[in-house]
Amino acid sequence: MANLTEFARERYAQAALRARPASIWLRRGWSETLIELLIRLSGLSTIAIVGLIFLFLVREGLPTFLDIPLRQLFSGRWYPIEGLYGLWPLLVGSLVVTAGAIIIAVPLGLTTAIYLGEIAPPWQREILKPLVEVLAGIPSIVLGFLGWVTLAPIIQGLGAPTGLTALTGSLILAYMALPAIISISEDALYAVPKEYRDGALAIGATQWQTIWRVVLPAARSGLAMAVMLGIGRAIGETMAVMMVTGNAAFVPDLGLDMPLSPVRTMTATIAAEMGEVAQGSLHYSVLFGIGIVLFVVTFTINLIAGRLVGSVVRRRGGQL
Amino acid sequence: MKRQQTQKLAIAVITGAAALVVIPIVLVILYIVVQGIGALSWEFLTARPRNGMTEGGIMPAILGTLILTLGTAIVCLPLAIGAAIYLAEYAKDNRLTRWVRLAIVNLAGIPSIVYGLFGLGAFVLFLQFGTSILAGSLTLGIMTLPVVISTAEEAILSVPQEFRLVSQSLGATRWQTIRHQVLPHAMPGIITGIILGLSRAAGETAPILFTVAAFYLPSLPSSVSDQTMALPYHLYVITTQVPGMPLSVQYGTALVLLLLVLSLTLVATVIRTRMRRRRDW
Repeated sequence: MANLTEFARERYAQAALRARPASIWLRRGWSETLIELLIRLSGLSTIAIVGLIFLFLVREGLPTFLDIPLRQLFSGRWYPIEGLYGLWPLLVGSLVVTAGAIIIAVPLGLTTAIYLGEIAPPWQREILKPLVEVLAGIPSIVLGFLGWVTLAPIIQGLGAPTGLTALTGSLILAYMALPAIISISEDALYAVPKEYRDGALAIGATQWQTIWRVVLPAARSGLAMAVMLGIGRAIGETMAVMMVTGNAAFVPDLGLDMPLSPVRTMTATIAAEMGEVAQGSLHYSVLFGIGIVLFVVTFTINLIAGRLVGSVVRRRGGQL
Repeated sequence: MKRQQTQKLAIAVITGAAALVVIPIVLVILYIVVQGIGALSWEFLTARPRNGMTEGGIMPAILGTLILTLGTAIVCLPLAIGAAIYLAEYAKDNRLTRWVRLAIVNLAGIPSIVYGLFGLGAFVLFLQFGTSILAGSLTLGIMTLPVVISTAEEAILSVPQEFRLVSQSLGATRWQTIRHQVLPHAMPGIITGIILGLSRAAGETAPILFTVAAFYLPSLPSSVSDQTMALPYHLYVITTQVPGMPLSVQYGTALVLLLLVLSLTLVATVIRTRMRRRRDW
């Protein structure tokens, strides 16, 4: 998946653009004109690719929204075999698993970022940061496999009828979202000027008071961005979630044991069912329709996160 | 003093939370290594699966992942490096450039399964490449674009402005400056980005589900229009789809995948650290 500090980088890149002196270059030959044209085209191709992705999703998925009445789409029954395509259970499934992951990952991620940025001595930072990068590098299928063989039996031991539950998915997802949350929060903390901390300490605040009352409020928009991108990461995760959430496409009962019921997410539905559907069938279209929903949701989350970028400034070259 | 106690308590809680993040990472890796190391053997790495995949090796899956990673590189690199040069050297601060940046940020946020759908709709069906290495490489290559673009751009931007000015003052054209001054100095950073991007692609399962991955193939792929087995998908299959699979084979496969991906990450990190140390400006 993607590199995580694009937003910070974008900010930096804009600053760098402003700093570039007005250049007058020598005249160039036709071969250079051609190369420069290719470079410009590859830059612009990124816009075209986003457009094409959306276009192809719509091309295959449009019948979902044309042929199925909206009331059925938002109903609670997902039985493709009987022609019932209610997306509600899948939406709820994604929501429950993602919410659980965020509830676990945000406090852990923020405190780890505070530890790395404000408390840890340099030698610990040198060890811990690469470790967090390693976590970002572990393929989702490996974490899903571990969840399947080790975590699920533990969850079952807690009294759930099966170990494959929303909670199992949330736990795995939380650790997958952590590297994103940690590295972006750390950037946000780093962007807070040192003078703020010195000022607070100088008037007698403890280190904790400084962090809690001065540093965190100053970094809040960057921290909000970290949370947003963590949510985006969690909603889109597929393989690990498919393996450990039990894939039961019904709406779990509201209640304290909701995390212990099996659910099925939008992503898992696409991955699990696309292999079995006839191309061009309504079921096939609906799976693309779910893809459109995911595309729109992540696009919106990224837009919101992009608005929050204001206070995050790039910290170090090249590093996540 | 009450606030001193709060201070101590808060630091303890923060340290504890950090430990709660870090310790599982170490445990996960150790656990897979310990459980999987027993399955590793020359045969496991070089033989084909036998007896309903419960015996023999996983060579076709390893080979498939290497082929797909190479294909990803071929698709991704020209476009990504071109786009990075465009953003770092050519783009003006205008609406179009903001759109390009917005597009890259959003490409980075699109779920991998949606890339899989796109690959199915665009390459497998519309362009009629079928479930093939070609379709899978194109899908993975496009998915990898944003990572490589943003790291490469950053590497290019980190080359000091003076280098360009001196080159310009000596009569070099803009492209000559980029080709002979900027790119050589940015190269370690660009390579780091490429390897990181490829390591992500190598471990992905969702984008290859419908575009290239095969459950089991009796023979190795012979052209880009063939399907192939791949390590991540193979791990998925032998974990959830094949009953009675020996755990050791599953852990062994997970370990091989983990080693492959993490060794790429490690190489990237080493290049980056060395580059920082050696930088002479």
